[in-house]
Amino acid sequence: MITRRTFFAAMGGGLAVWIVDNADGQESGGGARRGMNQAAPTDVSAWLHISEAGAITVFTGKVEVGQNARTSLTQAVAEELHAPMDSIRMVMGDTALTPFDQGTFGSQTTPQMWPRIRKAAAAARETLVALAASKWNVDPASIAVADGKVTAGSRSVGFGELTQGQKLMKTIPASETLTPATEWKVAGRPVAKVNGRAIVTGTHQYAYDVHRPGMLYGKVLYPPQFGAKLASLDTSAAEAIPGVKVVRDTFKANRDGAGSDLVGVVALDPATAEKGLAALRAEWTPAPGQPSSKDVFAYYKKHARGSDAAPNPNLVPYTVAYIAHTPLEPRAAVAEWDAAGKLTVWTGTQRPFGVRSELALDLGISEDNVHVLMPDTGSGYGGKHNGDAALEAARLAKAAGKPVKRTWTREEEITWGYFRPGGLIEVFGKVDPQGKLTAWEFHNYNSGPSALQSPYTVTGEKTEQLHQTQSPLRQGSYRGLAGTANHFVRESYMDELAHSIGMDPLEFRMKNIEDERLRNALQAAAGKFGWTARKKTPGRGFGLSVGMEKGGYVAACAEVSVTAGMVKVLRVVQAFECGAVVNPEHLRNQVDGAIAMGLGGALFEQIEFADGKIVTDRLSKYRVPRFADMPAIETILLDRKDLTPAGAGETPIMAVAPAIGNAIFDATGQRIRSLPMTPGNQMPAV
Amino acid sequence: MARVTQLDVNGAARHLDADGDRTLLSVLRDDLELTGTKYGCGEGQCAACTVLVDGQPAKSCLTKVSAVAGKKVVTIEGLAVDGKLHPLQEAFLDADAMQCGWCTPGMILGAVGLLRHTPNPTEAEIVSGMNGHICRCGTYPRVVHAIQTAARKGGRA
Repeated sequence: MITRRTFFAAMGGGLAVWIVDNADGQESGGGARRGMNQAAPTDVSAWLHISEAGAITVFTGKVEVGQNARTSLTQAVAEELHAPMDSIRMVMGDTALTPFDQGTFGSQTTPQMWPRIRKAAAAARETLVALAASKWNVDPASIAVADGKVTAGSRSVGFGELTQGQKLMKTIPASETLTPATEWKVAGRPVAKVNGRAIVTGTHQYAYDVHRPGMLYGKVLYPPQFGAKLASLDTSAAEAIPGVKVVRDTFKANRDGAGSDLVGVVALDPATAEKGLAALRAEWTPAPGQPSSKDVFAYYKKHARGSDAAPNPNLVPYTVAYIAHTPLEPRAAVAEWDAAGKLTVWTGTQRPFGVRSELALDLGISEDNVHVLMPDTGSGYGGKHNGDAALEAARLAKAAGKPVKRTWTREEEITWGYFRPGGLIEVFGKVDPQGKLTAWEFHNYNSGPSALQSPYTVTGEKTEQLHQTQSPLRQGSYRGLAGTANHFVRESYMDELAHSIGMDPLEFRMKNIEDERLRNALQAAAGKFGWTARKKTPGRGFGLSVGMEKGGYVAACAEVSVTAGMVKVLRVVQAFECGAVVNPEHLRNQVDGAIAMGLGGALFEQIEFADGKIVTDRLSKYRVPRFADMPAIETILLDRKDLTPAGAGETPIMAVAPAIGNAIFDATGQRIRSLPMTPGNQMPAV
Repeated sequence: MARVTQLDVNGAARHLDADGDRTLLSVLRDDLELTGTKYGCGEGQCAACTVLVDGQPAKSCLTKVSAVAGKKVVTIEGLAVDGKLHPLQEAFLDADAMQCGWCTPGMILGAVGLLRHTPNPTEAEIVSGMNGHICRCGTYPRVVHAIQTAARKGGRA
């Protein structure tokens, strides 16, 4: 629990500003929320400290996963505090130092944390002005703050000097007013990645790279198939290897498909640990009757809760495969216990506070005895929400009595991490001869509710439903969640409807969209692409799609060539609007990256499984986009300085697959109703 | 298997005692604590583990440490000289050719190798030369741009 006293004890004197979400927040209202309840925090969301030496440190529970939150949040401070970028240090996702945060997902850092941190910085600047006015006995209006200095006439001091001898704590509500986007000087500009140099020189330490004195290396035995139960185990051969210690333990919680047994080995070096793991003689009782990737769509339908009294026989089925996030840094954790029973864990996760809860719950200790640190991680895309590696490392370290590093292999990451859900989606719509949508029915089995609701105006009956069902594979969050699946189906089917009445797909969409921001995005993409002037040649096709989610508006136009069944995406023009742009260079990078990632799910990424085993469990079997797959990408950023910024990590992925699919149809006349789309791909049995 | 007791890494003799069958990747990371070299797949598919062996890019996850005894190994930590970044490191920063950065060390060293034998590559040559490297964040066009920029500035430095 962090209080005013412990804060200054840890940080030293100076000035601290705490942002309190409930306006009547208490002076000591900081500290960390407790327990598994992940409701939005109502207390402190960020704090900022200026030391007596002038060091500026900002604390947030948000984390850096490659999306450049570290840079954009630093820009927020620089903008409002009027201090240089390189004078500001951002402490992120450290459960002992930063305020509680639910996690970094759902494109919430920019809309929620970014303004709060700006408010903290603005309040700090105002306090520095007041301190200077009092010190120099001058009118605060005569004081300027620029470039990390406070100046009045010929007098000028650094921030630290003003805070010397102080233990000032200012608690401010989250409703402070801020500099309008039209007057930004640091925000809104292409500021470089703040820790870029550490990355290009190899000095940035990821969780995979953490090294602790006396550290051992741990490996964990997993079942050969999901749901298999350990029938017998002979550890004698492993224990005969010098330096190998076998650990047997039980997790409190059953781990999806992997059971609650922990069988692991620790050793002084990774090679010995691997030998130890390989020497374990385990027999397993298989879990029979599991569906495969070919029949999983029928499985969803069979296990759906509730049913339509009279299903519409005209519904058109689409399917979406499970895919793997494949963060290039797999899950990793280093765990260390101290003599007093306090646990410290370094791990790559999007939810450090959630992992703290998982650890405390599973180990039966207080959250006050668990410290989770999150070094900027080697990406996540929604795939690093939980603490599997942390739990393993913690239990292995406890048994070994030494710090233990547990790094997952690529095969473990793909097999035992969780997947973006597969899905079956059934759709039907009607359109009148003028091109107005008159009916819309949309049923999603398993893939999820994100962007389920159509942005199109429907004059008649509209049904949109998520059907809860069962997944044979472990599934979870993903970049944009079900936004890609729902957009793929909706935008592909809208294309089908446009063709059914012989109307241009752009014209058809514009006839049915009222939302001004969505119309603007579509027109911007189509205009730059040259949609109306496009010229069809054999083997080439053009497609477009549009969508909105999480305050972001996206439209994509794609050109493809199809030669001997091979699809090559030649060009993608994508327009994106998410309010005022915080950092145009990093936003462009995010949008371009989402196009690349979306292309993988559109054309080839697919988890194949059978008999409870993941077949595509490594990069030689699970194909992700490479240099040669890249189309010419043109990203249009629509900067709306009159609107508050929204997040941008997710929505730019959603329009990619349907734009490509519609272009394949244009090129071949073949409508592919399955992700990934490979020409000739037949509809799986439903 | 014979043990390896000395390696030439980043211009210095490093003493160690490792089973020669171990991967160069593991020895660099776990014995020498040069963690800038990254694991990504363990099967040579992603090239995140790329280092230079006698100037040529090599996938350290598939290289036995015994195979580099007596050769000059350069990792990402050894690319900058006296704090001055290599032109490719500069170019990656200027082009913002990274997001999470996990693939970046391998990308840069792969590009060093590419420019060594193709000093002025076309875009197609960069794409085919770098196609073994995976960037899951999808910054490929920026990496191409960075390599072009470094080539123009004489990236072989």
